[in-house]
Amino acid sequence: MYASLAAVLFQVGEAASAGGQEAAESGAHFEPFLPGLIVLLPLLGFVLNGVLALRHATRSAEAVRAGGELDLDEGGRPLTHTLPSLIGPGVLLLAFVITSVNFARMLGAHLEEPVVVTYWTWMATGTFSVDAALQLDQLSMVMMMIVTGVGFLIHVFSVGYMKDDPGYPRYFAYLNLFIFFMLVLVMGASYPLMFVGWEGVGLCSYLLIGFWFSDREKSDAGKKAFIVNRIGDLGFLVAMFYLFTTFGTLDFVPIFAGAEEAFAYGGALVTTITLFFFLGAAGKSAQMPLYVWLPDAMAGPTPVSALIHAATMVTAGVYLVARSSVLFALAPVASATVAGVGVLTALFAATIALKQNDIKKVLAYSTVSQLGYMFVGVGVGAYSAGIFHLMTHAFFKALLFLGAGAVIHSMHVAYHSTHSHEDGQDMRNMGGLRKHMPITCATMWIATLAIAGIWPFAGFFSKDEIIWQTAAFGGAANAPYPALYTVFWLIALAAAMLTAFYMTRMMVMTFHGENRTGDQEEKALHEAPAVMWAPLAVLAVLAVVGGWVNVSEHLRDSILGLGPLTSGWLHEWLHPITEQAQLIQDLNLGVLAESAPIVGGGEVVWAVLSGAAAIAVVLVSFRYVGGQKIVPAAEDVEPIGFAKVLYNKWYVDELYDRIIVQPILALSRFCWNVIDVGIIDGIVNGVGFAARGVGFVVSMFQTGTLNTYAFILTVGVLIILGVSIF
Amino acid sequence: MITEALVLSAFLFVIGTLGVLVRRNAIIMFLCIELQLNAVNLSFVAFSRLHGMDGQIFVFFVMTVAAAEAAVGLAIIISIFRHYKTVDVGNFKLLRW
Repeated sequence: MYASLAAVLFQVGEAASAGGQEAAESGAHFEPFLPGLIVLLPLLGFVLNGVLALRHATRSAEAVRAGGELDLDEGGRPLTHTLPSLIGPGVLLLAFVITSVNFARMLGAHLEEPVVVTYWTWMATGTFSVDAALQLDQLSMVMMMIVTGVGFLIHVFSVGYMKDDPGYPRYFAYLNLFIFFMLVLVMGASYPLMFVGWEGVGLCSYLLIGFWFSDREKSDAGKKAFIVNRIGDLGFLVAMFYLFTTFGTLDFVPIFAGAEEAFAYGGALVTTITLFFFLGAAGKSAQMPLYVWLPDAMAGPTPVSALIHAATMVTAGVYLVARSSVLFALAPVASATVAGVGVLTALFAATIALKQNDIKKVLAYSTVSQLGYMFVGVGVGAYSAGIFHLMTHAFFKALLFLGAGAVIHSMHVAYHSTHSHEDGQDMRNMGGLRKHMPITCATMWIATLAIAGIWPFAGFFSKDEIIWQTAAFGGAANAPYPALYTVFWLIALAAAMLTAFYMTRMMVMTFHGENRTGDQEEKALHEAPAVMWAPLAVLAVLAVVGGWVNVSEHLRDSILGLGPLTSGWLHEWLHPITEQAQLIQDLNLGVLAESAPIVGGGEVVWAVLSGAAAIAVVLVSFRYVGGQKIVPAAEDVEPIGFAKVLYNKWYVDELYDRIIVQPILALSRFCWNVIDVGIIDGIVNGVGFAARGVGFVVSMFQTGTLNTYAFILTVGVLIILGVSIF
Repeated sequence: MITEALVLSAFLFVIGTLGVLVRRNAIIMFLCIELQLNAVNLSFVAFSRLHGMDGQIFVFFVMTVAAAEAAVGLAIIISIFRHYKTVDVGNFKLLRW
């Protein structure tokens, strides 16, 4: 479906440029179509919206100084609140169209080598030189399609969601800026350029998490995200330094071309580099132990959570590993670490999600968990499977977050109508919303089935492929740690079942059963406006068909393949990117296993088994949670026992507070009270006191008595005479 | 001959020094300083017997400076006396810690 969509766009691309048609027909040459504009359009949007935001801020400040507040609706909406609705999504739509044209051209070109478009030399010092260059290849193209496509849908949704927010133009300015940096991240042709995007999206994430900065808790959440990410960024930097000392350049193309010569398979240097890169990836993509910022990041507006903390930015770590696939393939220990951290995070986050009551918190932990799966994929050498799950996850998780946004919007209006201060995000206050929001309910169910891995939704194909590749990798002829990968495989299966449970629980608590919002408030519940549900519908379609572009050969031959509807397109599409890593892996590990460890069974058998298990879990948990008595948040009691541990997120935040934050605070206080105040200030003040003391003593000689002066003078002359004579 | 002159000069200088150190009357102290100067003049004259005229020329310089000094010094003492109605230096302790 995605491929056929691309084929349609291909026609557009042909129409847009006659030269493109020729290139497509020759089948070998790829002519990039305005790649710079793709990056610049969101930047332009940022500038325009930023000017409007400043204008709005000035007028608000004037209104406040005059003793009132700026009324947005007085005499029609001001331009600062109507123009961003056009500029924000508009630049994204244009960028998406241009990206699609490039995508269509690349589809027709059978590109083997990446195309690097160099604009200017960014910096050149000594032997170090970095160009401002964009790299267009199959991997960056997939990421660009996701970023601009899903980004556009979320921008459209935001028009409805943020409509009445006073910071509306500022919001779109930040959102456009984020897209700009994200595109720099995925299109940059060197690690430093990628790092620029990497830091830029971190900045935008901080700005948007703390968007409602007057709330202390929310601005703290922004700071937490920024600071935790710094730890990961250190890893990225160190890895870059190592790479530079090895290759003398940081451009992708020469590094990957020379990697096999420069590094021994499993050597210490390449293992160090990749582990440092993974530290960076773990920070950005919220993996253990650095995942703690992502759940807190839910303080931002919900479309931001959908765009940054589900679909795009947090997948940058997966992109980094996939982009550096050659390096990771050369470092089996680092790859095993990636897979191990990924699978542990997948399980750990899934257990926390079981007991959360905030709808966004459930989705946040679910995102952490799914990111774990992606890392399992890229950790077991299935780079295309990791990117595949990244893509399908972008569809269904963006859909889930936007759906949650629609629900929160409705709940907010309902509580606002009666001036109630109940929590509009707490699922215990929801229930029975299906009647009021049928479209949101239906689309979110599609996404839930997709993430739970129900056939034939997208998640079934992507998650199953990762789980299967884990088993196959562990059973390879020369697999480094076969037993370890068997454990990974079992944990991945278990986490998949947990996913099905907590997602069903979330849906049941939100949309089914009795309504718990309150009698007065229930009347105000409403379906989201078209500008909000239309993106949901588009994403719902993608959440169904998105998985059909990368169905493995085995599945296609079985009943699970949907015949002509599905293809193994994505895998072949990414082949030029993953080819080198695949060759290294084949050379050193041998043939991958055809059957699962311990119990045997091929890919199709396990796909059927896990699919059936997922259906069973969804059905059972639907009945189980539906049968539970859920009381509104205000009347609920604290959970006890193990449930309490899960409810409190395994006390990880408290643990970090105890072992990291408090010691750092104590050390800082020590530095302040003892070293700074005591020693440094002591020395400075001591010098002053000493000068005063000496001066006081010496001033005693000034008696004012003339005879004394004369006596001292005489004695002095005698001493000088004595010394010079004897 | 020269030894006697130098001994006399040393006696005069010590008397002058002691007078400056122990007397508190400004006029007396001033006279003692003159005594010291003239003690030095005496030794200059004595040495000029051995080393030529340089010492005697120096004596003229010293006497000139001493005359100028006497003019300024006496003027200061007079103005102090007008202010304090005394020339006892024990009373002048304004410049102290």
